[in-house]
Amino acid sequence: MNRRLPTNLVIGAVLVALVVGVAALSLVWTPHDPTLMNIRGKFADPSEAHWLGTDQLGRDVVSQLMAAARNSMTVALVAVLLGGSIGVALGLFASAVGGWVEDGVMRLADLGFAFPALLFAIMLAAVFGPSLSNAVLAIAFINIPIFARVTRGSANQIWTLDYVSASRAAGMNKFVISRDHILPNIAAAIIVQATIEFAVAILAEAALSYLGLGAQPPASSWGRMLSEAQTLMYLAPQLAIYPGLCIITAVLGFGLLGDGLRDISDPRLSRQR
Amino acid sequence: MSVPLLTATGLTRHYALPRTSLLRPAPLLTAVDNTSFTINAGETLGVVGESGSGKSTLARMVMAFETPDAGEVLFQGQNIHALPAPELRKLRQQFQMVFQDPYGSLNPRRPVGWSIAEPLRAIGEDENTNRRVKEALEQVGLHADAADKYPHEFSGGQRQRIAIARAIVTRPALLVADEAVSALDVSVQAQILNLLMDLQDDLGLGILFISHDLAVVGAICDTLLVMQHGKPLEAGRTADILRNPAHAYTQSLLTAAGVHT
Ligand SMILES: Nc1ncnc2c1ncn2[C@@H]1O[C@H](COP(=O)(O)OP(=O)(O)O)[C@@H](O)[C@H]1O
Ligand SMILES: [Mg+2]
Repeated sequence: MNRRLPTNLVIGAVLVALVVGVAALSLVWTPHDPTLMNIRGKFADPSEAHWLGTDQLGRDVVSQLMAAARNSMTVALVAVLLGGSIGVALGLFASAVGGWVEDGVMRLADLGFAFPALLFAIMLAAVFGPSLSNAVLAIAFINIPIFARVTRGSANQIWTLDYVSASRAAGMNKFVISRDHILPNIAAAIIVQATIEFAVAILAEAALSYLGLGAQPPASSWGRMLSEAQTLMYLAPQLAIYPGLCIITAVLGFGLLGDGLRDISDPRLSRQR
Repeated sequence: MSVPLLTATGLTRHYALPRTSLLRPAPLLTAVDNTSFTINAGETLGVVGESGSGKSTLARMVMAFETPDAGEVLFQGQNIHALPAPELRKLRQQFQMVFQDPYGSLNPRRPVGWSIAEPLRAIGEDENTNRRVKEALEQVGLHADAADKYPHEFSGGQRQRIAIARAIVTRPALLVADEAVSALDVSVQAQILNLLMDLQDDLGLGILFISHDLAVVGAICDTLLVMQHGKPLEAGRTADILRNPAHAYTQSLLTAAGVHT
C-alpha cells in the first residue's frame, strides 16, 4: 500500500503553516508599526528597511501584510467557529429528532443557502453600520447552513449503525447518543469542512473589506489594501499584487489542506482522479 | 400461563419504494403484513424466513425503533408504541436486543465496559454500575477484566458475548436476537446458542430468536413462526412444524438447512 501523504495535503499544510506563522509572528513583532505613516517616504522601493517598499502613505508594506494576515485569520477563525458550532448543533439536533423537525431545519438551511453572504453583509452594514464584527457575523451566518447540512448528512449514516441502535435499545436519551456516539464519529468530516470553510471565510473577509464593509481603518486588511491600491494601479501596481498574492496563498493553502484531509480521512469522499 | 410476556397483533409495516413516475404516488412495499404472535416468559419464539422476508423489520417494531402502520405490540400488557417517550425509555430496560454483526454492535472507540454499562447509565445508575458490568461479563463466560479492553481486542464470538452481556445487564424479561449467530463460525455458533439457553434458564428470559437458518432455530426454539414476503406462513410448536411442515416453503427451508425428516 502506498503510504505517502497526498500532495495537496503537503502543499496545503506548508502554505497554511506559512500564513499562520506570519500571522502569529505579527502578534509580537513586525518590522515597523503597520499604521505608521510617513508621507515623505511614500512609494519607496524595496530596501533593507522596507523589504517590499512603502505605500501611498509611506506605511511599511511587509508590516501591513503581516498585520492583515493576523486580522484575516482572526476573522475566519471566529466566523467559522461561531457559524460552525451553531450549524453542527442544528444538524445533530435535526438528525436526532427526525420527522418534520428535521425537514423544517433542513428547509431553513436551504433558505440560508439561497441567501448570498455579501448581500447579508451589505444589509447588516446598512442597518448597523459597516464594521469588522458585522462582517464576522455575516460570514458566520453563511456557515450555519453549510455545517448543518454536512453534520445532518453524516449523522444520519451513524444513526443506522448497530451500536447506535443498541444505545437506543438501552433507553439512552437521543441527545446523549448524539454526544457519545454520533459527534465523535463525524468529527473528521466536520474538521475537513471547517478547513475548507476557513478558506472561503478568508476570501469573504477580503471581499467585504474590499467593499468597505469589513475591516475599518486603521486596521490592516488584504481586501482594503487591494481597494486602496486599485486607484494607483498604473503608478504602483505592486501595491495591489502583494495583498492579492497573500489572499491566493491563504485561500489555496486552506483549500488544499481541507482537500488533503478529506482524502486521508475518508477515501470514499475524495474525488476520483 | 397467565398474561403472555409479549403479544403482537396484526403488525404491518410499509416502506415507500423509489417513485417510478412523477405523476403517481410512490409505490409501497409491505415489509411485514398482518403478523401476530405471542412470547411467554422463559420461552423462545423462533422467526424464520429467507432474507428479505421482513424478520428484521418485525424486530425493529418489537424493539419500538419503528412504529407499525397497523397493529400493536403489548409488552407486559403495555402498548409500547403508545407509551410516552420517557416511560418507554424506562421500560426498555425490560426488553433488550442482540444484533447480527458483532463487529458493528460495539462502538470501536469505547472500552467494552463502557458499552455494557450503557443501559445502566440510561436510568442513571451509578454506585453499582461497575459491579453489575463485571457480573454480566462473568455471566457470559468472560473475565471481568475484559471491561477495560476495546472491541478490536476480541474475536467475533467474544464480541457477541459482550453484546449479550450488555443486553442482560439490566436483567430484562425479553431478549430479541436478530441473526445473532449468523455471522459466526459454526463451532462458535453452538457456544453462543448454549450460552443463550443457559441464560434463559438462569434468568427466565423470553427470547425472540430470528434467523434464516431453520437448523439453528429448530435447535433452541419452543415455538416457530415461518415468514415469507412479510406474511406469516405457519406457526406452532417447533417439533410439530419440523416433523410435519404445512408448506412447501417451510420444507425448502428445512432442505436448505440440511434438516432431513
Ligand atoms: N428502511 C427500509 N426502507 C425501505 N425498505 C426496507 C427498509 N427496511 C427493510 N426494507 C425492505 O423490507 C423488506 C424486508 O426486509 P427485512 O425486514 O430486513 O428482511 P429480513 O430481515 O427478513 O432479511 C425487504 O424487501 C427490504 O428491502
Ligand atoms: Mg434481517
